[in-house]
Order: sequence, then structure tokens, then C-alpha cells
Amino acid sequence: MKIRLIDIAHGRSGDKGDAANVGIIAYDDIGFEIIRKHLTTERVKEHFHGICLGPVERYEMPNIRAINFLLHNTLGGGGTVSLKFDAQGKTLAAALLRMELEV
Amino acid sequence: MIALHNIGELMKKNIRIASGQGFWGDLIDAPYMQVTSGDIDYLVMDYLAEVTMSILQKQKNKNPSLGYAKDLPPLIGRILPHCVEKNIKVITNGGGVNPFSCAAEIKKIASGLGFGNIKVAVVSGDNILENIDEILDKGCLLNNMDTGEPVESIKDQLLSANVYFGAFPVVEALRAGADIVITGRMTDTGLTLAPMIYEFGWDKTDFDKMASGIIAGHILECGAQASGGNFLGDWKSVDNFANIGFPIAEAYPNGEFIITKHDKLGGLVNFQTVAEQLVYEIGNPKEYITPDCIADFTSIKLEDLGNNRVKVFGIKGLPATPFFKVSCSYENGYSANGSLTYSWPEALTKAKAADQILRDRLDNLNLKFDEIQTEYIGYNACHGPLSAEIDEDLINEITLRFAVRAADYKTVERFGKELAPLILTGPPSVTGFAGGRPHPHSVVAYWPALIPKELVQPQVTILEIER
Repeated sequence: MKIRLIDIAHGRSGDKGDAANVGIIAYDDIGFEIIRKHLTTERVKEHFHGICLGPVERYEMPNIRAINFLLHNTLGGGGTVSLKFDAQGKTLAAALLRMELEV
Repeated sequence: MIALHNIGELMKKNIRIASGQGFWGDLIDAPYMQVTSGDIDYLVMDYLAEVTMSILQKQKNKNPSLGYAKDLPPLIGRILPHCVEKNIKVITNGGGVNPFSCAAEIKKIASGLGFGNIKVAVVSGDNILENIDEILDKGCLLNNMDTGEPVESIKDQLLSANVYFGAFPVVEALRAGADIVITGRMTDTGLTLAPMIYEFGWDKTDFDKMASGIIAGHILECGAQASGGNFLGDWKSVDNFANIGFPIAEAYPNGEFIITKHDKLGGLVNFQTVAEQLVYEIGNPKEYITPDCIADFTSIKLEDLGNNRVKVFGIKGLPATPFFKVSCSYENGYSANGSLTYSWPEALTKAKAADQILRDRLDNLNLKFDEIQTEYIGYNACHGPLSAEIDEDLINEITLRFAVRAADYKTVERFGKELAPLILTGPPSVTGFAGGRPHPHSVVAYWPALIPKELVQPQVTILEIER
């Protein structure tokens, strides 16, 4: 069955220099098991192809049913160096929630 | 007159710390609403993003009496009668690169209002721009944390250099009886931890409690982002955005705290809104490094108590590192951006054609840019290659956003003169050039570094009472 990530999780994103942080939070325990299984480093890196130009770090936070991703080399230099419209990666959490999962 | 109490009665059962600003430019009325809409003991306001320090340093270079958040002193004037009446203390890093001028202005305003006996404290010593050589001589090279390069390579372009102090200088100011504490660069989280240490007498080696205060600070530091603002969950369920209540941490001596807001204001505080703020701008959640401790975000337990109250507890911390973080900013070329809007029909096709025409003209002029970025607002400006394909016939308009960066001012300035001509010399049905030519602005880049704690000393000064 195909589901959309946005139907089982929410999140928030922001900047850490030229890296973006994307925290994804599942609405319930079942959702957390799904994101834990499907939101692998590789899958997230592939999803952000052409956006995230560096490595992806992945950290689980089971206490709040969340996974935090650090996407390196993503914000066009970061801060005021970046020419990007979304220079702080504010909309990247929503961009990750576009993902479709086969569960 | 205060009657004699025993210590047990003097020690507060809990304190309510209210967030009043999430950044310089946040809702102007929020601090006023926090002090007038219910009970609080402390108002904490974070004004300093990294970019803010360089802006403030530029202002101070032009006028030595500036360099702080200019709207802070009048704001204090506005809330001061309420703060005095309710005994609310104010802690803010709005002093920027000139906390003494900021505090002096606040004293002046307070005296004018008949509150000349208010104790204003200044925390300084964070600004190391003038001492860089001395620090380098001591063997601290201020290597860039990301690239490893020594600061020497950009020393001549440095705009600002500030150490992030933790909570303890503020604690010292509170112990000296300060009603208002104005600091330069300090951690956003320390603003909230400081009153907890002061009120509850926490020991600085009680790292679990230090971490609790830090995490409360992390939740408060972005203002209403913890109480319904920018909530990506069910944002439509947020009550009364227009009058959104900023978050309040109701802190207890055992380190537990409850995130809430004033009942009469709007917003939403629940498990999800707090969890979203917890994951905001963090790296490794097990190692949230601050000058006061290393906080473990995977130890946090949240319990939604209902009625806009979320209990936060179980927090673990570890000893701090022997370093302070330093944030330097330096000038690194110029950039400019401008936009034009194309309407139906074929809005995207027209915007793309205009982009190519502009690039060809810049090529013909032999202008060399470090980077050119084109984005199409309405199509892909937020999500880039992840953006869904669009049926052009259904799109009403597209805004072409064009940005350039170069080392040379004149190159960027010349680009600014090429945008408007597209209206009469390019594809049709174009508008949206009311703002005038894009002007070059200097690009400020960041240089994060570490400095051994013993090389810098925070100073706490209580301003004399004015007569």
C-alpha cells in the first residue's frame, strides 16, 4: 500500500550554516516504526537529489517519535551568502513530507 | 516592607519565564502581551541571530553610540510600569555589540518614567573583535570549525567577533539585584536557564538540571514557534493566530517544567507544537553543546497535560566542554536579487525565456559572477527539483527571481541595471518592477570557531542609580 509521509508525520526544518536540519515527527507509534524503517539515510539523500549536495546524517529520537536529518551542503553557502529564495531551508521539512512510501 | 520569612518560604515553588521575542523583528507587541495578560516572573528576549551581529557592528562603526537593538529601550519603557508593579525581571541579549549604550538608554527612559532606582545590569566581554591579535598570540588560532582554516586568512575582512557566553554571567547579575539584564552575545538558551539557577540555587555541576534549563531555553528561544507558529501539523487548529500567545516555561526546582501560554491569548501548546520546536535547528540530539552543559535531547520526556500545557521532564545532561563558541562575521563580496512577474498565458515559458535573455546579456557584457541563481516563484522556488510538474494553462502567473553574487561591487551593480529593461525588451505580460533596481549589498559570511574558556572573561556591571 502506498502512503504519503505527510499523512503520518509532521516536522520542522531550519539552517545550521550550509547544512539544513530536517526533523520529522511521527503522529503515533505505528507511524514512528514506519519512518524508522523507511527514512534511511540513503532514501533521504536520494529524495533530496539536486538539493542536498553533501552527506546526510541521521539521528533517531524515539522519545518524541522523531528522526532528525542533517543535510550537508544544501543551502547554497548558508546565511547571507546563499542566493536561494529559501536560504534557511524553512520549507525543506515540507519537501521531505512529499515522499511516498510503500508499506 | 518585606516581613521576615524562613528560607523555605523565600524559595519559590515555581517560576514562570516568558518568551518575548524570537528574533529582532518579531511581533512588537508580544513582550507587552506577556507582561500584561497573566502572571510571569521573568521576560526573556532573544534578539541576536548570527546575521544581526554584523548588522549591529556596521551601525556601531557609523555611530559609536549604536550597535544594539534600537527598539529595545522604548519597548522597556512601555513594559516597565507593569514589570515594576508585578516584579517581573527582564533578561535580553538585545545589547548586541554595544550593551552599555543600550543599558544607558534604558536607564534614561526609566528615570524619565520615575523609575530611576531600577537596577540595570550589563553583561559584556563577549566582543573580542579588538582583541583578536592578543588571542592569536596566545596560540588560539580561531580555526574555522567547518573547514579548519585559521582566522588569519580573513582577519582583514572581519566585521564582528563574539563569544557565546552561557547563563552564569546573568546569574551573577541577578544575584547583584538586577531588575533588567542587558547582554551582548550569549546563548539564547542561557537567557532562560539563568533565572532557574538563580531562583532554585542549582549547582553548576548538576548537569541534568543545567540541561533542563537549556532545553526550556531551546523551546522558548524562537518565540511563538513553540506555541502554534509555523506549526506544520494541524496548523488550522491553532487558535487565534492574530493574537498568538508566546510560550511560557513554568519551571520547578527539580528541573521539570511545563510549557504553556497565557489563557487569554491565542496559539496552541501541545505535544506536537513542542516536539516541532525541539527538532528545530539541532544536529546530533545526544550532544546539544552549550557553554553550561551538553544536553541530551533523546532523554526528554513530553507529557501533554491538555489545556495548552505540556510537561517536560526526565532530562539528562553532561559536563560542558572547555571551550566557548565564537561567531565571527566577515565581508565576502556582493550580491543582489530582483524579480519580474509574468502572467498567463505561458507564464513559465515566458519567465524561462526572460531568464535566458538576461543570462545572454550578462555574458555579452563580459560580467563574471561567482554564482547566478534563477528560481521561479509559483513553480520551484521552495522545493527545487522536488516540485511537481505544472500544467502551464492552469498557472496564472510566475515570478522570475534572479540572484547574482560576485567579488566586485560594480559587476553586481551592473546586473541591477539589466533587469528592468526586460519589461520593454523581452517577453510580454510582465509586471512587478515597482521596487526599483536591485542594489548590491555586501555579503556577510560566518566563521564559527572555538576559544578556550580561560581566554575570555565575562564582565557584569551594575549601572549606577541616576539622580
